[in-house]
Amino acid sequence: MNWAYFWSLFSISLHAMVPITLTAVGEVIGESAGLFNIGLEGILLLSAFTGTLGARAGGPILGLLVGLATGFGVGVIFGLICAYWKGSQMIAGVGINLFALGFVAFGLQVLGSPGFYTVPRAVQLPPIRTSVGAFSPLIPVALLLPFLIHFLLNRTRLGLRIKAVGENPEAADVAGVPVELTQLCSTAAGAALAGLAGAYMSVSWLGSVTKEISAGRGFIALATVVFSGLRPLLALAGGLIFGFFESLATWIQSLPGVKEVVPWQFISMIPYVATLLVVAGVIGRVRFPKALGVPYRRE
Amino acid sequence: MSWLWRGFRPILESVLAGLIGLGAGALIMRAWGYHPWSAYVVLFKESFGSGYGLASALANATPLILTALTFAIGARAGLFIIGAEGMMYMGAMGAVALSLFKLPAGIHALLALLCAAAAGILWGLIPALLRAYRGVHEVISTIMFNWLSHFLAFYLVANVLVDPVRAEKTLSVAKTSRLPLLMRGTDLSLGIVVAGFFALLLYVFLWHTVIGYEARAAGANPHAARYGGVSPQKTVLLVFALGGAVAGLAGAVEVMGRPPTYAVYSGLTNIAGFGFDGIGVAMIGRIHPLGIIPAAVFYGGLQAGARLMQMEAGVPFEMVRAVQGAIVLALALPELTRILKVFGRRLKVRREQA
Repeated sequence: MNWAYFWSLFSISLHAMVPITLTAVGEVIGESAGLFNIGLEGILLLSAFTGTLGARAGGPILGLLVGLATGFGVGVIFGLICAYWKGSQMIAGVGINLFALGFVAFGLQVLGSPGFYTVPRAVQLPPIRTSVGAFSPLIPVALLLPFLIHFLLNRTRLGLRIKAVGENPEAADVAGVPVELTQLCSTAAGAALAGLAGAYMSVSWLGSVTKEISAGRGFIALATVVFSGLRPLLALAGGLIFGFFESLATWIQSLPGVKEVVPWQFISMIPYVATLLVVAGVIGRVRFPKALGVPYRRE
Repeated sequence: MSWLWRGFRPILESVLAGLIGLGAGALIMRAWGYHPWSAYVVLFKESFGSGYGLASALANATPLILTALTFAIGARAGLFIIGAEGMMYMGAMGAVALSLFKLPAGIHALLALLCAAAAGILWGLIPALLRAYRGVHEVISTIMFNWLSHFLAFYLVANVLVDPVRAEKTLSVAKTSRLPLLMRGTDLSLGIVVAGFFALLLYVFLWHTVIGYEARAAGANPHAARYGGVSPQKTVLLVFALGGAVAGLAGAVEVMGRPPTYAVYSGLTNIAGFGFDGIGVAMIGRIHPLGIIPAAVFYGGLQAGARLMQMEAGVPFEMVRAVQGAIVLALALPELTRILKVFGRRLKVRREQA
């Protein structure tokens, strides 16, 4: 075994970190404003698919933008149902997930291949080639964005308002902050980042779409948010941790001689077991906004 | 009259949501260049227009009733258990595994059902303990267990329970362990009776027993319930156990009562999805054990009709799951009927102004 093996582990980790980090940091914004979206998994799946359609129509950049817009659109629907119409956030989230499962399976079938579609190389986002390997241009984006959102939430007036709405909507309302609008915009912005993450998976990282492309990452991102306690920088750390475990599973399987000893199915379980362990370990030490998950009704 | 309204409103809301869902499905089909009207005509004619179609609807409803019960009993107790999918895989494995043994007919089937229920309970045990004693949210833990179940089932299908003659599937369930068919030439088996029985059982449990009342109280107001002496830990464990048992049975009835192969295919293609569809069915049935039955027959009919719709109108059958998602989104609105009334009033005002 030489250093190239470890280098590939590092490289896969960085790529696997991107969707989890983007989705988690987005959800940090939404949850700061008090909306809990368990439909992230569905958004990842939907935008991985629509991103492909966009890339086919007008290249990789359009693909990413279409993914972003898909996430934003779903986020607006979610925000309308939950912030304005006081619907159940859990049920709406489940609705998104079910819709995505059906819609993407339907769409892949229409594209001509049941359950699988390979994005043509010509419309994939070209990686940045360095002397140490090729990296997706979205890796630096995912590394920098948490810092930007940390600044937004903690150092700006807007961030303060978002957190006020999540912590105490009555007080925010009295102070003149438009509660519903703030919630809608926060959750839609967060969902847009999940949409970008989805399009990244199909257009940049994996280069294909399947019915199972999201592979639980939406829920792993939710676990990352729990781990972070709604701090964007810790969400980045969580994304790196979970990205590492995910790539560990891929990496171990690529090692010569391992498959003969341990069946691949058990190696593939690593990221999910790691998620359970991390969440079980940190819970109880983090504090969430008081009004998280509770629809706000003016008295 | 208000009691009548209270009883009918949930039904009315489900019907309205169903129409919204079918409308969304029609929009999707239009966007992809299909003819929604003719597709729906085929779908409903094939599913509810004949005895055979109805039998297929009921056959599809069988596992859905059971997985929907898992979600419903959890939701009534304030738990969001979305792990029926994984519990169901384990139930199917348990039922198939019992066919490794030779036993007399009848007893064999009964033991296979028990084994499946036990496998489902076992699969819910760790999420239940994590929820009860560590406060880990069940949405995250049950989804992670779904994935663990997915990979474990892949392993079992390919290595442990594999059919030595046909590697693409598990052993077929032994003849002594199969559920008898109720109608010749259809897929409808005794499983539907099992599913209906458990729906009734859980209804009685939730509404006519003390522990069931306590579970619902814990769901409606956890603080008040704890103050009233209900142990939240006990409730969580009990609800997860009941939910796991019925989800395990869902896997069992699907392999023990589904001709012609009575087996699980590699890739889990013939058992995947029932757990997630059960969530939607539970919502359409307004998380009521008895409401779930018509909801499951409705969705089972959609599935049955969609297979033929794919053949005749070329529309991929997965479309019905998108329809179901849209129905659930519509059902998330707390006062669907009130919103529609407001819209109706606005339309009326606009028409009068014009």
